[in-house]
Amino acid sequence: MNAPSVLTQVGHLARRSITRTLRQPALIVPGLAFPLFLLAINSGGLDAATDLPGFPTPSYVTFALAITFVQAAIFATNIAGTNLAEDIRTGFLDRLALTPMRGVALLSGQLAGVLALGVFQGIVYIAIGLAAGVTIEAGVGGAVVMIALSVTIAGAFGAIGLLAALRTGSGEAVQGLFPLMFALLFLSALSLPLELIEHEWFRTIATYNPVTYLLQGLRSLLIFGWQAGPLLEAFAIAAGAFGLAITASAVALRRRLVRT
Amino acid sequence: MPQTTSTHGIEVEGLVREFKKGPRAVDGIDLQVAPGEIYGFLGPNGAGKSTTVLMLTTLLPPTAGTARVAGYDVVREGPQVRASIGAALQEAALDPFLTGREHMRLQTALQGLPKAERTPRGEELLGRVGLLEAADRKVKGYSGGMKRRLDLGLALVHRPRILFLDEPTTGLDPQSRTALWDDVARLSADDGVTVFLTTQYLEEADVLADRVGIIDDGRLVAEGTPAALKAEIGQPTVEVVPAEEGDRERVAQVLARFGESAPSVPEAVAVRLPRGEGELADVVRALDGEDLRVSHLQLHAPSLDDVFLAKTGRSLEGAGADEVVEEEEVAPEAVRA
Repeated sequence: MNAPSVLTQVGHLARRSITRTLRQPALIVPGLAFPLFLLAINSGGLDAATDLPGFPTPSYVTFALAITFVQAAIFATNIAGTNLAEDIRTGFLDRLALTPMRGVALLSGQLAGVLALGVFQGIVYIAIGLAAGVTIEAGVGGAVVMIALSVTIAGAFGAIGLLAALRTGSGEAVQGLFPLMFALLFLSALSLPLELIEHEWFRTIATYNPVTYLLQGLRSLLIFGWQAGPLLEAFAIAAGAFGLAITASAVALRRRLVRT
Repeated sequence: MPQTTSTHGIEVEGLVREFKKGPRAVDGIDLQVAPGEIYGFLGPNGAGKSTTVLMLTTLLPPTAGTARVAGYDVVREGPQVRASIGAALQEAALDPFLTGREHMRLQTALQGLPKAERTPRGEELLGRVGLLEAADRKVKGYSGGMKRRLDLGLALVHRPRILFLDEPTTGLDPQSRTALWDDVARLSADDGVTVFLTTQYLEEADVLADRVGIIDDGRLVAEGTPAALKAEIGQPTVEVVPAEEGDRERVAQVLARFGESAPSVPEAVAVRLPRGEGELADVVRALDGEDLRVSHLQLHAPSLDDVFLAKTGRSLEGAGADEVVEEEEVAPEAVRA
């Protein structure tokens, strides 16, 4: 019997990841609903911010819609990490290790569930945004790029979840990352554009916080149309974070799977 | 399923596994398992059984020693070893959110079965382990026995020559346990699969294994067929409790005709039966002939627990419930005068 190709392995592991993710509403619903809840609160409570001189749009919903994408992507950390930690705990990873499965196939396959969810979430958020009166300045193409960017961001956060699971083998440890990720989100240009943040310390943190640039990339499509700079920054940061996390995950997987 | 008999089984020499913090989990094991044999690896929790299995299945590198499985070195030829073996490790390693059939689909694909063979092979194995009807149910709704059977079926997808089963019946009810034993026995008898089975159940090792290795504190303390191991440590004992306390001396005199005295509870009399269990009927007749009434009579055949006790100085943990097959009780009425 020949070992299946990496692509075949990825395909089957991805199918399994998507199936198992879709069958866990308790994992999906918070990731879908909570960002919308925050969007509703922010849009209602911070609407007056649009009166600030230099605020880029008269619609706070438009400004805040980008947050839902990043916030939903943060849930990818939890979903991907928890699923893998569960595989480690139950010995399912050992079962896979006894097949000719390649590490890269496992990692890619495990991320498939959150990437598929990322696409679904992106479509839902754009649809709800449009229903709430948001106009996407970059048009239909911009919406597609927003979804592509949000999937890349979900991949990055998902890979961080995989890394945590592989390093600790514990679902609890993965879930412990969740508040840290949220702190990262709240210490970014979440509620205001970077240049309108008054407090020096906060602006400094937000300036060095990569999440700020993810938000700016998404907002550029919503508010300004096609701007190469913010888009490239956002994609570069998301792809870079994904690359770093997935590389570290591959190393951690090699250490965990010490099969000879 | 085609015959999987091979000329190679398992050959282990001086196998050691040390962990950074703690004693040697496996401390210089030597063993050989012949092709087609069912080898029972018996020992209490923490004895080193699972660590040995992890090394033999290439999931854990040994600290020292060598092991060849299906003719391949577990350190240098890991992929070849994995291609030759199937394993159901300590917990049924299943995805609770997938169905039995989805597990089969994934496993047949990852094991590299040609596309056209995957579905028929999956269906054949689901049928073989009795899960065709439950194949489209999610595994989280399966009973412990069903999970173990699916685990076994998945381990057989690529027609392995050697099968490792790590405590396959732990936590199962007696019916599920017996069903799994039948499956394993069939695999060995019909398909020539070599089975390396770890267990802490005396009964399981006794019923299923052609040969048994007893492991304690990482060392192999005894090895042989269950019958040879039991014969090695002694003869069966008959223990009698007289119905009337005053008859104890007379009962002792009758039993003394059959063999030398053996330790027993204070109210009983026990003797060894040098000619084996067949003498029990003579004992009953002799007691009857002397018009002695007994309230309890028990034949205690040497068990693997006795072997464990003789070799290690202590009883096998959790073995009590599994000793029933080692003992034959005779109801008091049967010897009533």
